[in-house]
Amino acid sequence: MTVLVKVMLKPGVLDPQGQAIADALHRLGYASVSDVRAGKLFRVEVDTDDPKAAKEAGEQMAGKLLANPVIEDYEVLLEAAGAPAGGIR
Amino acid sequence: MSGAASPRVAVVVFPGSNCDEDAARAARNVLQADVKMVRHDEHALSDPDLVILPGGFAYGDYLRSGAMARFSPVMESVAAFAGQGGAVLGICNGFQILCEAGLLPGAMLRNAGLRFVCRDVFLRVESKRTPFTLAINKGDVLRMPVAHGEGNWTAERRVFEEMVARDQIVFRYVRSDGSRGEGANPNGSLDDVAGICNVRGNVVGLMPHPERACEELLGGTDGARLFKSFATTRMAMHGT
Repeated sequence: MTVLVKVMLKPGVLDPQGQAIADALHRLGYASVSDVRAGKLFRVEVDTDDPKAAKEAGEQMAGKLLANPVIEDYEVLLEAAGAPAGGIR
Repeated sequence: MSGAASPRVAVVVFPGSNCDEDAARAARNVLQADVKMVRHDEHALSDPDLVILPGGFAYGDYLRSGAMARFSPVMESVAAFAGQGGAVLGICNGFQILCEAGLLPGAMLRNAGLRFVCRDVFLRVESKRTPFTLAINKGDVLRMPVAHGEGNWTAERRVFEEMVARDQIVFRYVRSDGSRGEGANPNGSLDDVAGICNVRGNVVGLMPHPERACEELLGGTDGARLFKSFATTRMAMHGT
């Protein structure tokens, strides 16, 4: 199964990358952009057909390594079966 | 612990460490130490008086600086050594690793200016409760270089307030006259923090590089004061 782990800086934590991207978007003319937060997405293949086990494994990996709980929040999702190769679009 | 003869220093070498030889040289020259380089995949620290986690880019700094280095086999031994009250100094990447390992509070963000900053900075000694600052006066200003892209230390407000109350802020970035303000902080860290310690005071991490400021030829010797302080503390502990 494919587990997606989405990691974002916690609300309120300064995001210099997001700010720089927002500035760049403004320069490109996207005046309506009011904020950008940059995050990370991990696509993890797990050898199991059990959605519960896959999600649990993803939660553990996120808590231990993929996210730093001091500054980041994470969300673990299962990629829907039959989704196009290459993941979410 | 060894006797009051020359101290034993273990310098941990991760794949991607690049200040390990500088740290070893500083330990040999300033402390007259017997230095052992310990690989990331080793367990034995060989009964050191001091463990140094050096600067560099352990594991390429992939994911987050220090995130993967903390799971190296050697880190179990470092944690056990720290737990017994052993002196641990994390410099730059070493500081990042100590935070990721939970041996020091807080975490690192990208520098506020998004640039890798490589220049001399001024640090003010804020606490004398660590072996590396015990023999330095509180308020003394030290000059040494920084070289990092991810040194913007932060912590949850509640955690930070506890740290201040427990005197865990060891160094702050200041201007050359010792005052805080514009131009002093190279990375945007919370409350101008440059270095911190654990509750017990035996584990210290700082972003600036004291090991690169131990010889006049290299631009200054203020960094040597941290190592000299450690030597003084150790002599006092051994009663000689």
